[in-house]
Amino acid sequence: MTVHDAITRAHREEWARVVAVLARRFGDLDIAEEAAAEAFATAVERWPADGVPPNPGAWLTTTAHRKAIDRIRRESRREAKQQEAGMWQEDPPESVGAVEDGRLRLVFVCCHPALASDARVALTLRMVGGLTVAEIARAFLVQEGAMARRITRAKTKIKAARIPYRVPAAEDLPARVAGVLTVLFLVFNEGYLATGPDTDPVRQDLTAEAIRLTRLLRELLPQDGEVAGLLALMLLTEARRSARVSPGGELVALDEQDRTAWDAGLITEGHRLVRERLGSGQAPGRYQLLAAINAVHTSARDFRDTDWSQVVALYDQLVCLDRSPVVALNRAIALGELDGPAVALASVDRLAQPLDGYHAFHAARAELLRRLGRTAESQAAYDRAIDLAGNAAETAALTRRRKQLP
Amino acid sequence: MQYLLNVIHDSAENATEAEQAAIVVFNKQMQADGYWVFAGGLGVTDNATVVDNRGEEPLVTDGPFVESKEYVVGFWIIEAPDFDVALKLATDGSKACHRKVEVRPFL
Repeated sequence: MTVHDAITRAHREEWARVVAVLARRFGDLDIAEEAAAEAFATAVERWPADGVPPNPGAWLTTTAHRKAIDRIRRESRREAKQQEAGMWQEDPPESVGAVEDGRLRLVFVCCHPALASDARVALTLRMVGGLTVAEIARAFLVQEGAMARRITRAKTKIKAARIPYRVPAAEDLPARVAGVLTVLFLVFNEGYLATGPDTDPVRQDLTAEAIRLTRLLRELLPQDGEVAGLLALMLLTEARRSARVSPGGELVALDEQDRTAWDAGLITEGHRLVRERLGSGQAPGRYQLLAAINAVHTSARDFRDTDWSQVVALYDQLVCLDRSPVVALNRAIALGELDGPAVALASVDRLAQPLDGYHAFHAARAELLRRLGRTAESQAAYDRAIDLAGNAAETAALTRRRKQLP
Repeated sequence: MQYLLNVIHDSAENATEAEQAAIVVFNKQMQADGYWVFAGGLGVTDNATVVDNRGEEPLVTDGPFVESKEYVVGFWIIEAPDFDVALKLATDGSKACHRKVEVRPFL
């Protein structure tokens, strides 16, 4: 392993830990973030000459701690800071277990419901993921200055309103974990179906980061069914990534994908998680059901082999938990494979009112109308879908399907 | 740490009897739990007066400092160990008085 690899690896594995330890010691996310960044910069300078330390994590934590002390001295606010630091120091000095806990606290503070949704995403990627402000700004097509302000504002609010740095109480935990999962799923989805005509249709950096953070959350909350469910859903979705965009840059629908290009390793891992949840005997939540649906798809050798009655049954369960018209739309599409396009179209048409501005609604109608031989109506529906689609690869695929109409 | 919980509403109507009763229950609970510092009702902004004495002469204007559809009709000041406790109390308070509640930390 080269020194460069060692630094990359240490960054991936140790960043959140270092930030979490310092955040607790100094009671200040800002100091923790800056000191961690300085410690990694020092590693980049020193490790090539001095060699990689035997315990990189400990070296980075110690270095970051010194950097934080330096900064506090520099600002000659040492006493005031040390007093403030009292607020996050209710716990005894950290054992290894408590350090793990520190990262979990970090996740919860970054995903606090009192922060704006886009700030939660940005703060999580910065504090837990260790992405630079510039990287996050690029990922969300925002000017770097604007992204820096968004993150600073969130950190300031955490401090001023005294948003606590702790794992929520048991009664609040399900709702708060759900909030964390929403943030991670947002990151994943932005990577999986990137918006904007000039972006890559699939942003692997974002999907990979979302999976990495969800794996971390699973490590920290191994008993949580929805955490496992979201990880499985991401893995089974990511497994199909390379089959999802054609060499010509066109989005490939599930029925046209080359299934031999799917990632068998990710599918095996995703299926194992889904089986683990089925074996738990607990009622599945939204992510577990979505993962199970994806497990059915990834179990079929080809599209025609899909167990559609199973898919529809899972959607029936999902509709009970999630009344959103988008779920109803997906259920109707699955129903089309089971009971034919006429039945599906009747279900889809009932969703016209809430979904008129949603490209996937018009794309689904176009597909069903094509199968029913109603060419003119299908063409009009494709036109609406193309107008509304935000993803370049999706627009290309819809345009081709429209051209293929008789 | 103290927080101001502002009660926000868009009409002059007073709390109903049921709301009033729920507020009393909520207040008693806050006092029993040691969160209570102070509370008050303010009602409409029609009776507000703004004075600006930053210049040479105090300037007095009739009405609130900003005209808006919604305004503060009352408030609680609470003592809470952290934001999550304050948010929980604001959530319960909003339910009790059946109005929106804004959480503002004191400096």
